[in-house]
Amino acid sequence: MIVEIGSFSLALALALSLAQAVLAGVARMRRSEVLAGAGQGAALGAFACLLIAFAALMYAFVTSDFSVSNVAANSHTAKPLLYRVAGTWGSHEGSMLLWCLALTGCGAAVAGVGRNLPAGLKTLTISVQGVLGILFLAYTVFASNPFVRLAQPPVEGRSLNPLLQDPALAFHPPMLYLGYVGMSVVFSFAVAALIEGRVDAAWARWVRPWTLGAWSALTVGITLGAFWAYYELGWGGWWFWDPVENASFMPWLIATALLHSAIVTEKRGALSGWTVFLALAAFTFSMLGAFLVRSGVLTSVHAFAVDPTRGVLLLAILGVTAGSAFALFAWRAPLLKQGGVFAPISRESALVLNNIFLAAATATVLLGTLYPLMREAATGEAISVGPPFFNLTFTPLMAALAILLPAGPLLAWKRGDLRGVMQRLWVAAVIAVACGLAAFAFISPRKAFSSVGVAMGAWLVIGSLVEIAERTRVFRISIGESWRRLIGLPRGAWGMTLAHLGLGVFVLGACFETGWKQEAAEALPVGGRLNLGAYHLILDDVRGIEGPNYDAERGQLRAFKGDKQICAPAPERRLYPTGGQTTSEVAICTLGISHLYVVLGERRPAEGAPVWLVRAYWNPWALLIFIGPGIMALGGVISLSDRRLRLAAGRKAEAAA
Amino acid sequence: MSWLPKSPKARRRLTLLAAIAPVLGLAVGLTLWGLSDSISYFYTPAQAAEAKPPVGRSIQLGGLVEGGSVVKHSDGRVEFTVADQLATTRIHFSGDLPDLFREGQGIVATGAFRADGDFEAKQVLAKHDERYMPREITKALKEQGEWRGEGAPPPSYQSGAAQQ
Repeated sequence: MIVEIGSFSLALALALSLAQAVLAGVARMRRSEVLAGAGQGAALGAFACLLIAFAALMYAFVTSDFSVSNVAANSHTAKPLLYRVAGTWGSHEGSMLLWCLALTGCGAAVAGVGRNLPAGLKTLTISVQGVLGILFLAYTVFASNPFVRLAQPPVEGRSLNPLLQDPALAFHPPMLYLGYVGMSVVFSFAVAALIEGRVDAAWARWVRPWTLGAWSALTVGITLGAFWAYYELGWGGWWFWDPVENASFMPWLIATALLHSAIVTEKRGALSGWTVFLALAAFTFSMLGAFLVRSGVLTSVHAFAVDPTRGVLLLAILGVTAGSAFALFAWRAPLLKQGGVFAPISRESALVLNNIFLAAATATVLLGTLYPLMREAATGEAISVGPPFFNLTFTPLMAALAILLPAGPLLAWKRGDLRGVMQRLWVAAVIAVACGLAAFAFISPRKAFSSVGVAMGAWLVIGSLVEIAERTRVFRISIGESWRRLIGLPRGAWGMTLAHLGLGVFVLGACFETGWKQEAAEALPVGGRLNLGAYHLILDDVRGIEGPNYDAERGQLRAFKGDKQICAPAPERRLYPTGGQTTSEVAICTLGISHLYVVLGERRPAEGAPVWLVRAYWNPWALLIFIGPGIMALGGVISLSDRRLRLAAGRKAEAAA
Repeated sequence: MSWLPKSPKARRRLTLLAAIAPVLGLAVGLTLWGLSDSISYFYTPAQAAEAKPPVGRSIQLGGLVEGGSVVKHSDGRVEFTVADQLATTRIHFSGDLPDLFREGQGIVATGAFRADGDFEAKQVLAKHDERYMPREITKALKEQGEWRGEGAPPPSYQSGAAQQ
């Protein structure tokens, strides 16, 4: 019964989205407040319906209702409750339902909280959001319905892939989807603004919080995914430049560019055409990501719930929305007003440069991701574009951006003083270079590139601190006065500084981890010893244990530095009988900000006692790789909390004008 | 500077161009270099026998793991044979095999051919998803008439069936 309610709600949401698009569209044409209100009501209704549908599917998963085909294929009674709940979005159908939930949620949010929006813009945005809702809901209802019943329900389900039964991954898709779909609002705003023919500071002020929110969610989602790959796959890596990873990374890059260009449009009224273009591109890349991940057209090491036939439909949706949006852009963009002028050395120019680098970097990632497809279509040869390509193309572009980054926030609007900025930054530059040289001189083995990276990370971190010091005028005025200034800094400023600082922290972690990682693998009998740089591990014991839905072998090891025991890792190797799949449960000892990473491999017969393949990695500063993006996302959220203040200021400015 | 255009608009455009051109040039240059240098070709054993990639050149070799061919040494080294319909290649690998590595399963090995004609793998990938078959392998097998559609049991190459 509950499942039928869900199925009905889903269909009703489709009808309401249709009503939302039509009512709001007609309301804009006739300037009718009544119809606009009806459109908003439909948007809220569609969201409510999807909440019910989603809750119904979750109920089916939690109660293990195997008469629903999706539940039978992805759940199991022996699965812990958290993963039965997470199973709701673990499959293709469920994830599309989550996508639609987020999409209608965004539409409802615009209808519900967007009181300060100009009425015309708001109504049009709701209408465009309704059109997106129609497309994705129609796809979900007709091509990927999660509520399809089975004629003969099985007694037991086929279970969720055990690799996905993990707390980080349970929350990875919702965060990622929130980010992807959050961009849909920005997209709708852009389309609405193009139709209205007006892109001004007020529009940019409305776009920025949505972009910030989506960007923060995307940052958290990608980081959770990388963290999951790091400790669940047991390969010791966290980023593989895999198509699925790139699919989530490209919208992030574009959203980052959009965040920066929207500032120029908001503060100075310039770059409006480019900002609109990025706003359209951000959601286009999100849809491209969904298509690449769901269709499986590209060979990926971690694509789940792949279905090529339905991928074509997603491609069609992508083509229709992006095609018509960019056609509209080509038609209407020349009408947009050109904004304020600025000198070649200015904050505006720095932000433009940021956008050029980010756009170029996105283009290389896009090309590298799609090149195998193009090559195969052209010549029939199967090739793969792997990490070497991206290290060669993406990294230098980002390095150039990182060198310029700390100067940007110190430049003044309109006309900046480059010499003044250099005077303020030279200490940071000296310290950064010293850090790089120290890394080159004292860390063995010698790594030139990683040392340069360390200098770069230090430059970013110290540059952010200099920026705060400049704002508070520390050392130049009394400490108490500096403190008051520090407290009084607007949250938006804190957000920016934290995001830049987080990037520096990430770069430091990434360079240390990739540059000075150590690895050792050996087949050990019980009592055997594995040497890893300054550390060594002793395998004390391996015993069988029984989990809720798996059997495992757990190795008990002791890790030593010199003679001193530093931790006792206990990696596991689990066998899930329902899928017949084994997974490795990595043991990670966190020592300061570095990781000792231990994997228990398979048992191998040998003369006498059996041996286990034990692999261990020393990942220096690896924790920073995940903390850095965390700081960036925190910066985004803090900046977002500044929103009301900024909106009030904006309204004041408008009232004065 | 007298050679600059007079109108501020044109000046701004020129500055913008001056900023974009080097970055674009850098990006295009690096991309072309990367695409000529750091892509790796995918072969099945039969295709590799035909194309004869030079010894030491990094390629990807994909196929089905032949039943009964896996030899695991106690020092951690593994040897196994991957096969397509027409040919087989012996692969040597040192390290832990992916959790989904099984006989009859499609895998993709990244590495290079050795002088003796065997393949030394640096990395062996099997998919996370147990119902999955790497796309290149599906395609290559389809072309060789071996593919039996989604969900069919993977072809078995036991007892030298590959040499038929």
